[in-house]
Amino acid sequence: MLVTPIDISNPESPDTLLHLYKQMLYTRIYEEKCNQIYRSGKAGGYLHVYIGMEALSSGWINALKVGWDYVITAYRDHAHALALGSDPVKIFSEIMGRSTGLSRGKGGSMHLYDPQKGLYGGWGIVGGHVPLGAGLALGAKYKKEDRVVLNFLGDGASNAGVVFESLNMAKLWNLPCIFIIENNEFAMGTRLEYHASDTELHKRGMPFGMKHERLDGMDVLQTIKDAKRIINHVREYQEPYLVEIMCYRYAGHGAADNDQALYRTKDELYKAKERDPLTKLANLIIEKNIATPQQLETMQEELEEVVEEQYAEADAAPAPEAEEVYHHIYTDMEVERGH
Amino acid sequence: MATITYRDALRLALIEEMDRDTLVMLMGEDIGRYQGTFRVTQGLLEKYGSERVMDTPITEPGFTGIAIGAAMVGVRPVVEMMTMSFSILAFDQIFNHAAKVHYMTNGQLKVPMVIRGPSGAANQLSAQHSQSVDAWYAHVPGLKVVAPFTPQDAKGMLKSAIRDDNPVIFLEHPTLYGAKGDVSEDTEFVTPFGKAHVLKEGSDITLLAYSKMVQTCLDTAENLHQQGISAEVIDIRSLLPLDMETISSSVRKTNRAVVVYEGWRNGGFGAEIAARISEECFDYLDGPVVRVAGLNVPMPYARNLELECMPKPENILESIKKIL
Repeated sequence: MLVTPIDISNPESPDTLLHLYKQMLYTRIYEEKCNQIYRSGKAGGYLHVYIGMEALSSGWINALKVGWDYVITAYRDHAHALALGSDPVKIFSEIMGRSTGLSRGKGGSMHLYDPQKGLYGGWGIVGGHVPLGAGLALGAKYKKEDRVVLNFLGDGASNAGVVFESLNMAKLWNLPCIFIIENNEFAMGTRLEYHASDTELHKRGMPFGMKHERLDGMDVLQTIKDAKRIINHVREYQEPYLVEIMCYRYAGHGAADNDQALYRTKDELYKAKERDPLTKLANLIIEKNIATPQQLETMQEELEEVVEEQYAEADAAPAPEAEEVYHHIYTDMEVERGH
Repeated sequence: MATITYRDALRLALIEEMDRDTLVMLMGEDIGRYQGTFRVTQGLLEKYGSERVMDTPITEPGFTGIAIGAAMVGVRPVVEMMTMSFSILAFDQIFNHAAKVHYMTNGQLKVPMVIRGPSGAANQLSAQHSQSVDAWYAHVPGLKVVAPFTPQDAKGMLKSAIRDDNPVIFLEHPTLYGAKGDVSEDTEFVTPFGKAHVLKEGSDITLLAYSKMVQTCLDTAENLHQQGISAEVIDIRSLLPLDMETISSSVRKTNRAVVVYEGWRNGGFGAEIAARISEECFDYLDGPVVRVAGLNVPMPYARNLELECMPKPENILESIKKIL
């Protein structure tokens, strides 16, 4: 399947460019399908899509040693799982609460886990997973393994106290952890300038003596360059890094967010879409005569079909058995049963 | 057997387990260079080095979360809370993260970690340092909660906690650190969870407690004995899992039960035990299950007021008049 991690040793080769485009386009179609699943009532709870931010997940995750390095993020987690090569059918299943899901329906959209691929969640408390990510890095360092952690968080999470605590300890102990602030300009419905006293969020690294940079997240080729450089640095020098990546969330906060007019204008959204990472890459591919617009359109149609098939396969799977409610609370004992 | 203090028994458990398994490591405030606020970790930094005995900044949510993350990839951290009252800062990490990892991942990940420290009132530490946190933690599925009373259990249960693949809340008592008792020197000696300990057999009434309140119950039993009343004293020691079998069989024999706990009376863990006795032993009971607990007030500073808050033998004797 095309969503396996991509070899980016030569990112500007025609093959790689097409692969990257395919992966990002696939991610977008997948996320659009997720929104549709939600609207159709087949997914409940909260669901948050990554539309508009695909260059970020593709750029950074392809630069990892996938399966060896660790990735942790908040609840906007589908794209990270896809980029790591998690089974898309299992992700759809998890989102729909089916027995074939990554966690057999115990996690849902916000809580995707696939440790064999290096995905350690999927967490729902804003900022709450950030120390866990630093802990993954401590674990790797403690065991003298040269793993790197990508610790994704949103601009909203960058204000949380526990994030500052984690940054301090990560530098104090020089943990191989990259804190990636996905600055999509909104903490749910609150715009950056209303939630951060200093909107240059990369400076969060400064008081701890941590290397920090603000980077663009709309150009996948630039993102790959940055990611390779920083991941290599962290692996080699065993110290943490903080990056703020400028991107934009096209979608509402979650699939249930129907009041975007409360926090942004249509004009603003329209302008942001002019920086669209997919359009940018498509233009490059066409300019370089790697593919024609028609060929890219055909690719899109094929991917839409693939996603429909994956959805249908997931939708055919049964819900978990009622008995499973009691499974895996502890590794070695049961809880008292009944109401 | 050696006669050592509760504090030394805890340290012995740490040493034995750190010697047995290099993945076992310690984190906490002032546990290394300062030797531990209650000296439980005395000498361990020198013995094991700063990679395995990590002094942390005073940031409970942060270092607890870091320990959880490390545990998710196979390290076995033992986190010391200077006092369990400070673990309240880390509730989100413990309740919302550690306790749920195994379940939310459907068993793909586990969190083999211990969070240990003193819970309960010491000596005039006042409202913010004297709390009993047992009821809060024992409410949460995914956590195990134990509260040893004897030095032997302090060692045996801490070793069990460290070997456990689940997050364990290990409640010590600040007034017990200096208590002495016989402790096994066998490095493979462990005290399994989920087994209550009948400390004194009796036939007329069952007194149930954990941690320091076991002593209060033993003192009460002595007083009752002088009145010709035979009390059975059970050290519950493991709250989650809870050994209802031992509790129920005792109550079916004595037909009377008193649950004593140091935390606030309202919503305390003793209330859960009382409810379960009522459900499981109703037909055997000669009267209501009695709770004797801490007063429903924040802990005051003045010594006489502090003592007023704590359950004492006279409070138990007064409370059980209605069922004897």
